[in-house]
Amino acid sequence: MTAVIEARGLTKQFGKVDAVADVTFSVQEHSICGLLGRNGAGKSTLMRLITGQEFSSAGEVDVFGRSPVEDAAVLARTCFVRESQIYPDSFRGKHVLRAAAHLFPNWDADYAARLVDEFRVPLNRRMKKMSRGQRSAVGVIVGLAARAELTLLDEPYAGLDAVARDLFYDHLLADYSANPRTIILSTHLIDEAARLLDHVIVVDGGRVLIDADADSLRGTAVTLVGGHAAVERFVEGKDVLGWEAIGGIASVTLTGLSDAERADAVAAGLELAPVSLQQLIVSRTRNTTQEVRS
Amino acid sequence: MDDGRPIFLQIAEQLESQIIDGSMREETQVPSINDLAAFHRINPATALKGVTLLVDAGILYKRRGIGMFVAQGARDRLVAARTEAFQDTYVRPLVAQARALGISPEQLTAMIRKEAEQ
Repeated sequence: MTAVIEARGLTKQFGKVDAVADVTFSVQEHSICGLLGRNGAGKSTLMRLITGQEFSSAGEVDVFGRSPVEDAAVLARTCFVRESQIYPDSFRGKHVLRAAAHLFPNWDADYAARLVDEFRVPLNRRMKKMSRGQRSAVGVIVGLAARAELTLLDEPYAGLDAVARDLFYDHLLADYSANPRTIILSTHLIDEAARLLDHVIVVDGGRVLIDADADSLRGTAVTLVGGHAAVERFVEGKDVLGWEAIGGIASVTLTGLSDAERADAVAAGLELAPVSLQQLIVSRTRNTTQEVRS
Repeated sequence: MDDGRPIFLQIAEQLESQIIDGSMREETQVPSINDLAAFHRINPATALKGVTLLVDAGILYKRRGIGMFVAQGARDRLVAARTEAFQDTYVRPLVAQARALGISPEQLTAMIRKEAEQ
């Protein structure tokens, strides 16, 4: 496997704030990578650094083996779709697609037209008169039909309804299967998108918290429910992510339990429940912010 | 599909179940990786991982340029493996739960017999 993106000690400061702080990771070719984290975690800044729209304060990032900054050859292979894309005032939907056809060497106009039909985008409407969902749909269409070797989608479906989101997931998978490429997707809707991902990078406070294979991440955490005393006895010295108690019953979320430990928990009368990727990330990112505050 | 367990394992288990219940017969073709990915809305790499697990176990085999097929004798081997796992997966928790409720082994046996006769 070859790495499409390689970041080493990548840092971006805005004044005194480290938006991205000493981040090292790589993204392999032909994968759908989820870039997840809370608002202000540094996801968008990271994407802007990867697409050469921002200079790093320290460290470096290579895309296709070269710095993306001001490199036309790298940028022609890259498509970046942002939630808050600003268009010229006079631009209508059809102008965006026409511009995209010029910018992206692999642009598939027939596919774009099919997507316009399915997403029901009013191409003659000015971009600024479109609803949030319609504007998002235009972004999604550009992201898919560009068939760029590296596609970054930053919160691509703000305002899209459930039907349009499903349509997006189906098209993303089908088109990715037919035309393998590297896709980086940032989203808040982790549970919805989790199954599409083969790799997950979680950022928090500008740092990489988790950088793992999606499948190995799933199933690492469990929730244990049982009597307060039994739970307390069992979790002593273990990696606890979250703790809740009602009356005499306690519920804890743990990672890194071995099969033997799971069997012990069952033997101790505790109930085990799986933890979804979203729950895992919520408890992970909630934890660290508390640590920072205290 | 439940989100707390590796999806490739669930894909493999689902294919196994289809072989066991006879909806996928031996020597018939298995859905392609892309069809599995689209149907379950999962990453194709995950679907491939699930199928690879069964290929490595000799349950499925590859015919070059055509696709994946259910191997000869796959069903018997799966039934044997599942029977072995039955004790751990079903009988042990059943007995543990019965004990917690104060159900004696005799009562439990009677309950199982009643259920089986229905």
